[in-house]
Amino acid sequence: MAVTAPGSAAPITPARQKVGSDPLQWWRFGRTEDTRLPRRPFKKWWRETGWRHLVGAAVVVFSVFPLVYVLSASLNPGGTLISANSLFSSISLGSYVELFNRPQQPYAAWFLNTLVIGLTASAGSVLLGALAAYAFSRMRFTGRRVGLITLVLVQMFPQLLAMVAIFLLMMGISEVFPAIGLNSQIGLIMVYLGGALGVNTYLMYGFFNTVPTSIDEAAHIDGAGHARIFFTIILPLVSPILAVVALLSLVATLSEFVIASVLLRDPERQTLAVGLFQFISQETSQNWSVFAAGAVLAALIPVALFLLLQRYIVSGLTAGSVK
Amino acid sequence: MVDETTTGESGRITTSQKLTRRQKQASAFVDATTVGWKMMLFKIIVLGLLCATAVYAALVLFMNDRWLVGSLVLVGAAALTWIYLKRGVLPAKYLAPGLVFLLIFQIFVVLYSGYVAFTNYGTGHNSTKDHAIQAIMLQSQDRVPDSPTYAVSVLEESGDLLASDDLFFAIVSSEDEVLIGSADQPLEQSTEAEVEEGRVVAVDGYEVLEFGDLLERQTDITDLSVAVSEDPNDGYLRTQDGQRAYVYTSRYIYDDAADTMTSTETGAVYRDTGDGAFIADDGEQLLPGWQINVGMDNFVRAVTEESIRGPLIYVTLWTFAFAFLSVATTFALGLFLAMVFNDKQMKSRKYYRLVMILPYAFPGFLSALVWAGMMNQEFGFLNNVLFGGASIPWLTDPWLAKVSILIVNLWLGFPYMFLVCTGALQSIPEELTEAAQVDGAKAFQAFKSIKLPLLLTALAPLLISSFAFNFNNFNLVYMLTGGGPRDVSAGVSVGSTDILISMVYKVAFVGAQADYGLASAFSILIFIIVGTISVLAFRKTKALEELN
Repeated sequence: MAVTAPGSAAPITPARQKVGSDPLQWWRFGRTEDTRLPRRPFKKWWRETGWRHLVGAAVVVFSVFPLVYVLSASLNPGGTLISANSLFSSISLGSYVELFNRPQQPYAAWFLNTLVIGLTASAGSVLLGALAAYAFSRMRFTGRRVGLITLVLVQMFPQLLAMVAIFLLMMGISEVFPAIGLNSQIGLIMVYLGGALGVNTYLMYGFFNTVPTSIDEAAHIDGAGHARIFFTIILPLVSPILAVVALLSLVATLSEFVIASVLLRDPERQTLAVGLFQFISQETSQNWSVFAAGAVLAALIPVALFLLLQRYIVSGLTAGSVK
Repeated sequence: MVDETTTGESGRITTSQKLTRRQKQASAFVDATTVGWKMMLFKIIVLGLLCATAVYAALVLFMNDRWLVGSLVLVGAAALTWIYLKRGVLPAKYLAPGLVFLLIFQIFVVLYSGYVAFTNYGTGHNSTKDHAIQAIMLQSQDRVPDSPTYAVSVLEESGDLLASDDLFFAIVSSEDEVLIGSADQPLEQSTEAEVEEGRVVAVDGYEVLEFGDLLERQTDITDLSVAVSEDPNDGYLRTQDGQRAYVYTSRYIYDDAADTMTSTETGAVYRDTGDGAFIADDGEQLLPGWQINVGMDNFVRAVTEESIRGPLIYVTLWTFAFAFLSVATTFALGLFLAMVFNDKQMKSRKYYRLVMILPYAFPGFLSALVWAGMMNQEFGFLNNVLFGGASIPWLTDPWLAKVSILIVNLWLGFPYMFLVCTGALQSIPEELTEAAQVDGAKAFQAFKSIKLPLLLTALAPLLISSFAFNFNNFNLVYMLTGGGPRDVSAGVSVGSTDILISMVYKVAFVGAQADYGLASAFSILIFIIVGTISVLAFRKTKALEELN
């Protein structure tokens, strides 16, 4: 959803010129570097700056109220859609407990599945993407330019466009190898890895280019082989982009619905996106509070990661946009 | 702007060209010795595992008569081994792992979509003609009156690794021959069996199931039909208890020469008319049918059948409108906020930004589900609290549902636009605006003719990819409205907020009738649209020319 694709799928010229003094580290402006201007009279202050806080307050309300609403609904055990409307009328963790005691909707299994699939797929994506980006950034070979152009074009076609073919392919695979075909999480992870190169390589390629090649050369002269240069020298230097790509692909996997819903059939094997959607379609409004609790728990990890890594994400996003 | 890296790299190339032969030998020597034995061992183990898996997979595939796929697996594994054992071919070593997955799960599936679009693949047309004939014959069977009872033994292949799960029947015929057969293989004579009291007790290469195993696999056994001979009209052997088997024949007779099915009850004749099913003269179809190549049929249906064409045009137009309006609204709000907060004298901007990131960080599918609850007409938060008990059909009115989708997408998307706009704004030097103002331009004028063009140039690639993303924003539409409110008059199940990708999903996976062929044809349509847009966009932004 909006979280991932615009950032990751951007056909952009990435952080090439981001070495050295960087005018884009705009989060720094928020810090108290201000040189204490003389206090302005209120009218002048209001005209120049004050009204901005008014806009700010409006935006804060707009951004936050659905989240406050879902948090309040989750703390209202036994609540239906209509009783969720009186915000924070009661506060109790009952719904969170009930969430884990529903045999028809195995939330704990969904949560664990999502985490395992998400972490494996994003670790795999980062590794595959970094390997390919290293090759494109450091080596010159025939087909390199064509390869790069292909990658840029491939990222315009998300995998879900081919969902029918993916389903039929996996159905064919499960006739021979049931362990990696339909209804298998390994199969789903493999499908996700198929999208890894297209989405991530180009973003990483730009960042790899910012690491001076003289570092590689120095290491090479000291006797390091290509594998050692890659794993022990280059990877640590590009860790910011690795973090961004890992986070973006983790969040993308957490929210992915189409392919997961097509491939995973058993409730025990499904992911949060598939499970919670079915929960809502079956129960509509009666168990709204339980759903809200599930939603809050499911959102905890991505929101926490976003807030922790926001520096990197913001620089990753803006780096691409600015020439 | 690219100089920094390119000079570095070209410098490297020239030095490597200047190396003498001796230096090259020396560096090759260094490379060879620095590959530690641990690395080598790791390599050998991984490649060994890979080859073992590939050989096993190929064996299983060959046993299932999938010769092409099996050989491809072997060729692929051999290629990988060659790449990693040969000295040099460095780029291939780094690209291969990602490429394997890319080729199978991205490139191949796209081509396969193209193939499926030209077939009638879907419910009732899943398999080959032989399977369809078999399935029809199996569906409607009656026990042959007064047919003999056979003492049957149920067998399974012995050995663990390569044995399949298939079950076999073994009987002793009236001529005292032992016959063995399975679901895929009609009864055949076997000479390596031991018979006691008219019942088979042991066969080489098989294990006879004990009573406990019979109970455990009861349904598999009662479902099993073994053809008596190659001619399906001769009937099938079935058992209810794993002890006694009878011959059953179908209510249909298949005539191989005329390629027809004849019903023994009504005498109706069903012919293969080339439509992927046996069809009687009165138009009645025998299901299941089988998969055939239908050429452009799916595409022709999409543009000629009124019940499909109407919805398709409607959905396509809405997809474009939705993607365009989504980008426009989120960009407008994001840019406005970026300008408002781009004031160095303003305090606590950091905290505003923190809060604004929240909608972006909250998983998108959950946001859509939560908003769907809030927009519920009877019980939702918006109607009951914000609009004081009004009954506004946010998600059930065809036009208002479209507006609702755009509102929710604005909530989801504006933080991203705010972040990138802020970045872009701050990279434009203030001096430009100041210079314009010195020249007498008003603030708005300076913004419009200086900052905005610069901003748009910088952000164009991001706006294009945001458009492409929203073009396929399945989660939002499907989770918020489910594509509804449903358009009842349409021949395919679509609603008034469905976009192309959710239409594909519904045609292929929602409801009882799946039509993979038609769904793939729609996917191909999306491919063509997205491809055209990207090519045009890349031409304009010249992003590709910067690749070096």
